Parts: sequence; C-alpha cells; structure tokens
Amino acid sequence: MTEFLQQVVAGLASGSIYALLALAIVIIYRSTGVVNFAQGEMATFTTFIAWTLVDHGVGYWGAFALTLVIAFVGGIALERTIIRPVEGGPVITTVILTIGLFILLGGLSNWIWKAEVRAFPPDRPFPTSAWEIGGVAVSKQDAGILAITVVLVVALYALFQFTKLGLALRASALNPTASRLVGIRVGWMLALGWGLAAALGAVAGLFTAAASPPLDPNMMRPVLIYALAAAVLGGLESPIGAIIGGLTIGVVLNLVVTYDTHVHLDLDRMRIPIAFLAILIVLLVRPSGLLGRSAVRRV
Amino acid sequence: MAPLLELTNVEARYGPVQALHGITLSVGEGEVVAVLGGNGAGKTTTLRAVSGLVSASGEVRFAGDRITGASTERVARAGIAHVPEGRGLFSELSVHENLRLGAFLRRNGFDESYERVRAHFPWLEDRRDQQAGTLSGGEQQMLAIARALMARPRLMLLDEPSLGLAPLVVREIFRILGELNEKEGLAVLVVEQNAKLALRSSSRAYVLEVGRVALEGPSSELAENESVRKAYLGY
Repeated sequence: MTEFLQQVVAGLASGSIYALLALAIVIIYRSTGVVNFAQGEMATFTTFIAWTLVDHGVGYWGAFALTLVIAFVGGIALERTIIRPVEGGPVITTVILTIGLFILLGGLSNWIWKAEVRAFPPDRPFPTSAWEIGGVAVSKQDAGILAITVVLVVALYALFQFTKLGLALRASALNPTASRLVGIRVGWMLALGWGLAAALGAVAGLFTAAASPPLDPNMMRPVLIYALAAAVLGGLESPIGAIIGGLTIGVVLNLVVTYDTHVHLDLDRMRIPIAFLAILIVLLVRPSGLLGRSAVRRV
Repeated sequence: MAPLLELTNVEARYGPVQALHGITLSVGEGEVVAVLGGNGAGKTTTLRAVSGLVSASGEVRFAGDRITGASTERVARAGIAHVPEGRGLFSELSVHENLRLGAFLRRNGFDESYERVRAHFPWLEDRRDQQAGTLSGGEQQMLAIARALMARPRLMLLDEPSLGLAPLVVREIFRILGELNEKEGLAVLVVEQNAKLALRSSSRAYVLEVGRVALEGPSSELAENESVRKAYLGY
C-alpha cells in the first residue's frame, strides 16, 4: 500500500507536467479547433532559452519567470506572424502549419544548442529531501511541481472566469462573429490564447528538465504524446478535463511501470504506446472524453 | 443634415455570387427604417455589408465617417450594434455574461447601461445566471436586443427579429423597439419578412429585389402600393 501511494504521488507530479501541456493544447483547440502539434517543441525551445539565461548568470527562478514572459510574447508573435495568415481558412491548413512549426522549432533547438548533454537546472531548484506523510515519502520536488501547477491553474481559472479579458477570451472561442459584433478584437484574443498556451508549455518544459535531467532537445516529444492523450481523455475542449486527464495519465503510467517489476514485461519502453492506446480507446469508446462539451442545442 | 447611415451604390459578393448590385439607402438620426424583400433579395447582406461581415464596395458612411471595408470591431466601436440573423447569442454563457459582453466597449459603464436596459426588459434580472441557450426563442431575441443596447449604440441593425416567434411575442418586441425609438431616439434599420408589421413600425422602407432597391418611400405609402400589397402583404 505504501509503495502504491508512493507511486501515485510521483505519478501526480509527472502528471501535472502533462496536465500543463494538455491545458496549453486545450486553450488553443477551444479557440480555433486546431491541435497545436508544436506545443511540445515550443516548450523545449523556451527551456533552452531558460538554460541560456542561467548560463549567462541569471538565477534559476529569475530565469524561470523571465522565460514565461518570453514564451508569452513569443507565442503571441508566432500566432500573429505564422498562424494569422491562414486564420479563417480550413483547419487542416493550420494543423499542417503547426506540424511544420514542430519540425522547424525542433530543428532550431538542435541546431542552436546542439545535442550535447547539459546539466540543467545547474542546481536542484527544489530541495532534494522529502517529507514523510503517513509512511509515504513525498519528495519536495514533486510537491513543488504540484504546488506551482495548482497555483497556475487557479490563476488561469480566475483570469478566464472573473475578468473582462477572460470573458472576451471565452466569447471569442465560443462565437467569433458575435464577439466581433460586440467590438472584441477576436484576432488578438486568439494571439493571446497562443501566448498563454506558450507560457504554460514553458512551465511544462522547465519542469520536465528539472524532473528528468539532463536537458535534451528532444525531451518534450514523449511529453507531447502524454499531453495529447491527457487532452483527448479530458475531451479536448475542457480545461478541467485536461488537468484530470494529465494527472490520470501520469499516475497510470507510473503504476504500470512500477508493477511491471513483478511481471517483467519491460513496459518502461511501452509508455508511449500505452499513451497511444489510451487515445485510441477514448476516441473509440467516448469521443467526447470525460468532460467534453455536451452538445448545447441552439434553439 | 446628412443622414446617420448612408449607403451609396454598395455591392457585395460571396465568392462568385454577387449578392448586392448597388444598394443606395439611408437612415436618418432617430429614424426607424425597414428593409423588405423575399429570400435572397439581399436584405441580410445589406446589414452584413454595413458591419463589415462581408466585404463590400461602394460607399458606406456612418455619422459622416466612411466605414466601407472597416473591420466589424471598428464598426461596433463607431456606434452600430448589429443583432444578426440567428441572434448571435453566446448560448453557452449566462444571460449576465451576454450582457457584459454587450457592454464590452464601455469602460465601467455596465451598471448605467444595465439600468436603462432593464427598464425595457425587467425579466432579465431574474434570469441573470441562466444559460442563454436555454431561454425561449422570444427571450433569446429580447436578450439579443438587450445586449445590443448595452453598447449604447446610435444605430441598431436588426435582422429578422420576428423569425420563428409567436405573433404575441413579435408584437411585444416591436412595441419595445418603438419605445426605444421614441424615448431614447435610437435609430433602427430593421430587415423583416413580416411586411405588415415592418411597415407599421417604420417611417420609411425599402423593398429589395435580387440585390437592388426596387421600391422606396414612406412606409404608409408603400403599404398602399399595389405591387407591395400583392407581393408582401398578401391582399
């Protein structure tokens, strides 16, 4: 039982990373109907920016905050320059563009920062010790990752639910034409969505690097798959679904791999196929996911 | 005095299909003007051309400014509120959120606008938190008008407010529109299938046929016109 709980807690920590990236995917999907396949590579890119900042003497948490700002601005810039020209066109055009962006950013990360092993973060950003809670050891890193995720999610919820800007963001996603008619600049709302998604992804990237060093230009590829599985599990349109999906995928993957030590199926190598299997099953059995928007009847 | 809204030779097309072949019409300050015509006559497109929802050539002037080709957001900012075909509500959002969005362009002006709107639609307060999509058709139409009013427009464009609604509800909606026009001087350009009602509620009217103005004049005169009576009034 203790081992089980232990693995659940560890799974929640990696799951919150998937949840953050899944949330980023959901924010863009809701407003444009497009799955941004470049979300993971954008995160890798910004994580390397953080590394560069630290390499130039900026403290880790300072670099962390700065990277979020850079990611936010960069996300907006990407939308305005690359996505905007095809705005309003077929969804598939934009999807292909995001795949192009995936390849471009992946290439850039590898080219600029070379595929060499880097210790990042240089020092552990969280204390390496753990708390004992009822016999379960909770590492301070896991707890820290979870806590920051919770804070981000609450802040994002407050932004969307309680501010005028958040209302405009939601309105633009629900009904772009009606939003324009009340004077909302829908194009900028889409760009803002990209900015928020890029910032969330940046956190996911930084946490991925912290949780499984060393820093690697391809580190977000599996995470993107897990995040996609999480987003699909949650219903693609539901932010809460994405979070629940992310945590579920994190815990399940962790448990599967842990208990495999007893049966020796070598499931550690099967993490990505398992995530794909989850996507497949959800799409077959319940395409709207756990919390997908039930079709609202327009009268 | 120049009219509030003035369209001169406005043309518009959807891809290869030309929908408007040079529409010229105007709406004066505080005037209610009706646009009649059959399906495909270009009534809705005329409103969409004003709002920038379809790209148009020719000239559209509002309050003296040329707004041809302006973005929909800019037209809204200029003081035109468009209640589109199908009402354009945010069905998933609450009544209150819809109204807040109506006041999106007003800095801190929500309460004041809301007071005025509530005077015409007192039931809104009781339904504040109800999802807009779950209102009845008539209530949705009224909410759409209320939301447009939240922006304190000088001109309201109204597309088929009677569509699919019971006669009693339609009469109530037009009564409120009359009130808004008389008491607050709101100018309205209304597109309507129900010609009888439209002619009774407006001071002037235009009859469109295949993207052109076929007839125009004071509503009372059009109501007496032989061909209008045969084609749209059915007697």
